[in-house]
Amino acid sequence: MSKLINWFSEGRSSGKYTLPFVILLLAVTVLASAANLLLPQDSALYVSTYSITLLGKYLCYAMLALAVDIIWGYCGILSLGHGAFFALGGYAMGMYLMRQIGDRGVYGHPILPDFMVFLDWQELPWFWHGMDQFWFAMIMAVLVPGLLAFVFGWLAFRSRVTGVYLSIMTQALTYALLLAFFRNEMGFGGNNGLTDFKEILGFDLQSDSTRVSLFIITAVLLAVVLMLSQRILSSRLGKVTLAVRDAEARTRFIGYRTERYKVWLFVYSAVIAGVAGALYVPQVGIINPGEFSPINSIEVVIWVAVGGRGTLIGAIIGALLVNYAKTRFTAIMPDGWLFALGALFVLVTLFLPKGLIGLYGQLKSKRQPASSQEVTS
Amino acid sequence: MSAFDNSIQGLRETFRRDQVWPFLAPEQAAKIDVSNQMILYVEGLNLSFDGFKALNDLNLYVNDGELRCLIGANGAGKTTLMDVITGKSKPDAGSVYFGQTHNLLTKDEADIAQLGIGRKFQKPTVFEEQTVFDNLELSLKTDKRVLPTLFANLSPSEIDRIDEVLAIIGLKQQRFMKAGALSHGQKQWLEIGMLLVSDPRLLLIDEPVAGMTAQETERTAELLTSLAGERTVIVVEHDMEFVRSIARTVTVLHQGSVLAEGTMDQIQSNKDVIEVYLGEEAVEA
Repeated sequence: MSKLINWFSEGRSSGKYTLPFVILLLAVTVLASAANLLLPQDSALYVSTYSITLLGKYLCYAMLALAVDIIWGYCGILSLGHGAFFALGGYAMGMYLMRQIGDRGVYGHPILPDFMVFLDWQELPWFWHGMDQFWFAMIMAVLVPGLLAFVFGWLAFRSRVTGVYLSIMTQALTYALLLAFFRNEMGFGGNNGLTDFKEILGFDLQSDSTRVSLFIITAVLLAVVLMLSQRILSSRLGKVTLAVRDAEARTRFIGYRTERYKVWLFVYSAVIAGVAGALYVPQVGIINPGEFSPINSIEVVIWVAVGGRGTLIGAIIGALLVNYAKTRFTAIMPDGWLFALGALFVLVTLFLPKGLIGLYGQLKSKRQPASSQEVTS
Repeated sequence: MSAFDNSIQGLRETFRRDQVWPFLAPEQAAKIDVSNQMILYVEGLNLSFDGFKALNDLNLYVNDGELRCLIGANGAGKTTLMDVITGKSKPDAGSVYFGQTHNLLTKDEADIAQLGIGRKFQKPTVFEEQTVFDNLELSLKTDKRVLPTLFANLSPSEIDRIDEVLAIIGLKQQRFMKAGALSHGQKQWLEIGMLLVSDPRLLLIDEPVAGMTAQETERTAELLTSLAGERTVIVVEHDMEFVRSIARTVTVLHQGSVLAEGTMDQIQSNKDVIEVYLGEEAVEA
């Protein structure tokens, strides 16, 4: 009897699908890359570079969804502003790519990016210095979102702001950044953002091999982040995280400083979002203030809800499926997509509170109870 | 004396070499000083919410190792008192000392919990999505900062400790069940177990037998009486039958202050108490 209980509780741990999923992810990545680089264009199995870039973009979204799931699904903090961290990471990468253009810009200025020449600026603003170094820009892509998340989280969680109030604050955060980045004086290219990128680390951004490499790097980093997050969340810290989600007061009264746990998890999540943003920009070729739009952040929440919050793989699957559907839908009926997305959210909330992963679990347990009861009795 | 002299004097005072700045002073030892046989000193506690005096000059002293029952009508301030002791609410005036040295009013919930004060809520609150075992693991007396928690591993002695508590609270069979699937009474027990596993000095237990069957109530009474002595237990309860079965000393609260204190028999014959509390019940019955 107790052995049976033991076995069932082990089977319930969500970590056992992680490794197969990672293997599947990497296998698909390798196959798609090989099909792009090795097969001739007229082959039936050829994967176009457009598709590769699209897949890379989806994987960036999946990483962002993972970041949201970590704090929403596991810690109960509904952030409606995670797009802000994603965009900040993206801007850091964008600034590096901008500096890489050098004198090949439209105005041919050796140092100043085009938009600064256009605005008649004489010299580089202080925060653009150092961004011509890849390592420095990458540190910034992680540091800036992390620091913002730390300050925001420290203020919000220490004051014990929770629930819907916190969600509104995150929404305000990303909206404030949206307005700020729209301004030309900010020095981030105003509403046009940063674009016209030429190369990354000396590799031409338009070439197939660079695109495939970026796709592979994204897939590998997604796998690393997934496994690391799984490890963190299955440690005792993960148990504390769930405890905070389900009964924060209780957690505090057994001696945990819950606000610290929340701050660090929030920072971790923001850093992942920043990395996702930094990977996104070279593949998409542009970063503009639109990425800060609150609607984007809400969309991420929908991906997670569709896939199944509280399961890391669910968030990834949700992001991939919804974005694939978006690509298809917007091609057929561009105006209908937002309605479809809204309907999807309502349907998922009503009928699939645990998302697609939850549906899978339900179907499985529907078939199982009969047999397990026999064993028990 | 000029302003300059004053500031020099201030500087000298700040940098006196025979003293240590407060923030550099080593942390107060976690030892709880009970040399006066007293573990909890609550003095002159006042707390009002929007003009309503929840606590009104409340004084309470609890001996080390005692089993104390707090009774009182709704709104008498029992739960508010627990909130103050555990750091959830800050009083307007008064002092709360744990042992002779630890001023609880300067500490937050987590600090107070780590000092060894465990609290059970009125409504059983356990981590429903996690197993009974995990619930107890989380409550162990360990380093509860973020990084040590990330790299924490269960040591064999900790597993033994959890097993021991599982036996005490009678949930050995359910160890890998989700806590949410337990019955109401079992959740109450699990919550008490979560307090026990952290090896507390003082247990504050709010309505432990609410919603329990007669049998479960009896077992709870046994458990609580067995805990006293080694630990100090303060129980808030409405069930007079239950209080009579466990209590040595009973404190009656009324409108935020202590109305009477003594053995159950003394309390029952106390005029004031009969008037405000037992009297009402007697009239109803």
